[in-house]
Order: sequence, then structure tokens, then C-alpha cells
Amino acid sequence: MATTAGVLDRTLTARRSSGIWRDAFGRLLRNRLAVIGGIWVIFLILIAIFGPAIAPWHYDQKDNVAFNLAHGRPAGPFTIPNHPLGLDNYGLDIFSKLLDGAQISMSVAFVAQAVVLLIGIPIGALAGWYGGRVDTYLMRFTDVMYAFPDLLLIILLSVAFRDTDFGRALNGLFLVFVAIGLTSWVTVARLVRGQLLSLREMEFVEAARAVGVSGRKIMTKHLLPNAIGPVTVAVTLGIPTAILFEATLAYLGVGVQPPRASWGKMIAEGVNFIRSAPYLTYLPGLMIASALISFTFLGDGLRDALDPKLKGKQ
Amino acid sequence: MVTYLIRRVAWLIPVLFVVSVITFGLMHAVPGGPWSGERNVSAGVQQNINKKFRLDLPIQDQYIAWVGDLLHGDLGPTFKYRDRSVNDVVREGFPVTLQLGLMAFIVAVALGIPLGIIAALGHNRWPDYLATAISLIGIATPSFVLAIILVVVFSVWLRWLPGVGEGWKGPNTWVLPVLALSGYQIAQIARYTRASMLEVTRKDYVRTAQSKGLGQRAVVVRHMVRNALIPVVTILGPILAFLVTGSFIIEYFFGVPGIGRYYVVGIGQRDYGLIMAMTVLYAFAVAFLNVVVDVLYAYIDPRIRYN
Repeated sequence: MATTAGVLDRTLTARRSSGIWRDAFGRLLRNRLAVIGGIWVIFLILIAIFGPAIAPWHYDQKDNVAFNLAHGRPAGPFTIPNHPLGLDNYGLDIFSKLLDGAQISMSVAFVAQAVVLLIGIPIGALAGWYGGRVDTYLMRFTDVMYAFPDLLLIILLSVAFRDTDFGRALNGLFLVFVAIGLTSWVTVARLVRGQLLSLREMEFVEAARAVGVSGRKIMTKHLLPNAIGPVTVAVTLGIPTAILFEATLAYLGVGVQPPRASWGKMIAEGVNFIRSAPYLTYLPGLMIASALISFTFLGDGLRDALDPKLKGKQ
Repeated sequence: MVTYLIRRVAWLIPVLFVVSVITFGLMHAVPGGPWSGERNVSAGVQQNINKKFRLDLPIQDQYIAWVGDLLHGDLGPTFKYRDRSVNDVVREGFPVTLQLGLMAFIVAVALGIPLGIIAALGHNRWPDYLATAISLIGIATPSFVLAIILVVVFSVWLRWLPGVGEGWKGPNTWVLPVLALSGYQIAQIARYTRASMLEVTRKDYVRTAQSKGLGQRAVVVRHMVRNALIPVVTILGPILAFLVTGSFIIEYFFGVPGIGRYYVVGIGQRDYGLIMAMTVLYAFAVAFLNVVVDVLYAYIDPRIRYN
């Protein structure tokens, strides 16, 4: 009998030490698409951080000698020395521009999502915690924001503020963060509220209250941690949308301003040379597509890993 | 049902109110007037222009006057095209935008549903993997990147179709914009159809149909597809709304003369009158189409009761 209890105890301990996050990570690693997506995401983050060190040229530095040798025309990948991916129509190094574009996309990916969390979590938490009238008003507001077409609001914000100091900060990048964050928090707010509404009535919350735990501590220690899983998934899946919005804004000419080399801007300029120099558009296009696909794979994988019940349902 | 309909339509009012207030407020938060880019004009002329566009009124009066015009079907002036109003732009461009959106919708439904059905019937075999791969790529590729791929392949390399800037002159100029616009939605519909088909495969009525000796084809067509398409219909409303209102990038890319292209050009030229009117118009179209589809849904599936 003693041995049975011992085995049981050891099994339980082993089980406990693994924890839900480690379990989820294990499941994530078994998902081939998520691993491929994750590796590409890490690669993009690394080139975004170390881009300025790797880049053979500055993204705004014209190579007059090579540009003259190319007769003032764009040059394709592997056609001229010193410029691995060629020169664009201004005589700038395409490889270095793509690296700067990675920095823009990755900073939008993470900073815009941080803004989303800063707005979405408090609104969702307030609505879910207080319920009643506070909940009604906040959720009505959320519903109205939900009905506002995202991209239109982002464009409006970008157009309205682009000539202010705030709009010009970081070459317009700062405004892009804020505009995307202000329009994309709704999903997170709804998730947090839903989690809180269902958890609020649970026995462990009642127990915590009964032993005199303060409301704030119940919120931060017992309620919000339970929402981390779904919020992580929502944020990861929101990243491709944010990257796409940034590229679209730059493409339309209202996002990040030159000389910064957003992929969207490179495409907008490259379209004019689509017959003579298609690589000016398809190279940044491939970068955008690969970033979107890899974050989508990673987000889908995270969702399946954190909530195996949902697997394949959505 | 009637109560539900009234409540849904009534809900449009606060939505449009907030959308219009935000839009109006933002456009007026812009430093400098819409004329700041113009060459210098005398103070008197400036005053007259301001009067004509009501820029001399307090902001709340401007808003009320603008909403009043809107309710009379007048979308207001464009600030850059002196010779025409937003109504003219909409009258010229909307048929093109509508045609583009509807064709893309038909293509998305005609390709997306079969793709999803094929994936579900070949579940976990190669048709499933192929269809899933196609739809994942479709979901992750933004419309203007898809547009580039299509132009590079079909126009630059194969030279089968005209590329960008050819306008909207006939069927061969329609193909690439329609495909580029519908790509994402083909993928979306395929994903929904696949999930929904897999769901009904496990239903009792499917087993009953099979055990009474019905052929596989009849089971799929008569029992599975018909039931599986019900949830798919719910996403068709937002998809149609998106295709009609979300085509401005594609119109701009290909030079299609729809309202979307005017919108993008308006952004570039800071034509606040145009931007304002278009945003409210787009928001209205999205909200309205969603109501229409929710109501249609009740006719397709009588089990749904609105309370």
C-alpha cells in the first residue's frame, strides 16, 4: 500500500511541476506549422534588432558609383557587386531597406499590441468586475467601436494628425502605433470581460473574499492571470493585422514617412517599375507575406496549445 | 421578429452618430484649414470660401448643418474638385465599385465553398492539406501583395492579361482586380465551410441517410452541404460589406475608377469633405448589410428565433 501511495504522490508531484504553461509549450513544439512560424518570427525579430549593424549601407544612403554604372536604373538581385539584392530606383540598397522595413514592422507588431493591452485590459476588467451599469456603458461603447470599420478609422487618425508634432514623431511611426492601438483593443476588452464575468462567481473567488483578500488583489492574483491564455492568443493573432495596417498606411502614403523604408512604401514606389524591375515590389511583398503567415501559424498554434478543446474548431 | 428588426435598425442610429462625430471631430482637429496647401488668396476671398463651406460657423453648428444635408441626401462638397460634389463622385464611382465588389463576392463564394467541401470530404488526406494550404496562404496574404503576385505572374511574365493602370475597360481588365480582391475571402469561406462540413459529418441524420442506403453523392449534396452552409451564410454579410467597401486599395493599385480610388486620392490631397462623407457612407454600408444578412438568416434557417 505504501508503494501505491508513493507512486501516486510522485506522479502528482511530477504532474504539478510540469504546469499548464509547460504543457502548452510542449504541445506547441509538436505543431510543425507553429514551430516554422515561430522560427521565422524569431528571425524577423533578430534582423529588426540587429538590422542597423548587419546592413551594408544606410537605408537612406545613395550609392552614386554603382547607380551610375547601372545607368541610373534599378538593378536586380545578384546583378551588381556590393549590393546583394540590388539597387532601387533612387540608387538605394534594397537589402538595407528591407532590414529597416523589418524594424518598422516588428516595432509596430509589438508596440501597437502593447497599446491594445493598455486600453483593452482596463476597459474589459472594469466592465467585468463592476458589472451593472458600468458594464452596460462600457460594452455599448465597445460595440460602437466594433462597428467602426478599422482601416477607415486608422486612416482618419493618420490623416488628421500627420501634420502635428505628435504625428511627425519617429517619422510618423508613433502615430501608427497609436492609431492601430486605438482601433484594435475591442477584442481584448471583450475577452477580459467575458473571463471576469464567468470567474467572478467561482468558488475560489468567494473563498478569497471570505478570508478577506482585497478586491485589487483578487483581480490581479486570481482573475487576470486566468485571462492570460486567451489574451495571448488574441494578441498574437492581432499582430498580422497590425503589420498589415502599417503596410497599408505606408502604401497609401499616410503611414511611416520617408526616408524610413516601410515595406508598404517600397511596394507603392516599386509598382511604377513593375515591368522593368518587378523585384522592387515582390521582395518587400514577400517579406510582408512571410511575416503575416508566420505570425498566423504561431497564433493558431498557441490557440491549439493553450486550449486543446478548441483544436480544429475555428 | 419585428421587434428584433426594429431594435437592430434602431441600433444603427447611435453607431452612425458616434462614427460621424468621431469623423467630424477628427477632420476638424486638423491644424490649418483645407486650403493651407493652396496659393495665397486675399482675406476677402478666403472669407467667401469659408462662408460657402460653412467654415465660419461654430463647430457644433457646422456638424448640425452637415448632418442636415446628409439626411437630405447631400453628402456635401469635395474641397479639391471645385466642379463636383461628393454626390457626383459617388454617382460616377459607385457602379464600378459595386460591380467589382459583387463580382469578387461571386468568385469568393463559387471558389471558397467547393474548396471547403473538398477539404472536408478528403479530411486528413491530400485534398484537405492542399485546400488548407491554399486557404492559409489566402488568409495571410494582404490584397495588395496578392495583387502584385497576380500582376507579376499574369501580366509581366505570362503576358496574358493587362497589368496596372489599365482602368476598367472590359472583362480582361476585370480579372486581376476581382481575383486580388476576393483572394482573402475565398480562403475565409473555405475555412468556414470546411469546419462546418466536418461538424455535420458526425450528425445523426447523416448516419441515418447513409444507413437507409442513400448514395454518397445524395448524402453529401442533400443532407450535408445544405446544413453545413447555414453557418457559412452568417459570414457572407460581413464579407459582402467588406468587398463593396474595402476595395479602395485594389482600386488604387489597378487604377479602377470606383469611389475607393477617389477616397485614396482624397486622402493624398487632404480632401476633408470627401474623406468625411466616404467614411460615414462606408460605415453605414457595413452596418446596414450586417442587419440585412441577420434578417435573411432567419428565413434560411427557421430554427432561429430572435428575442
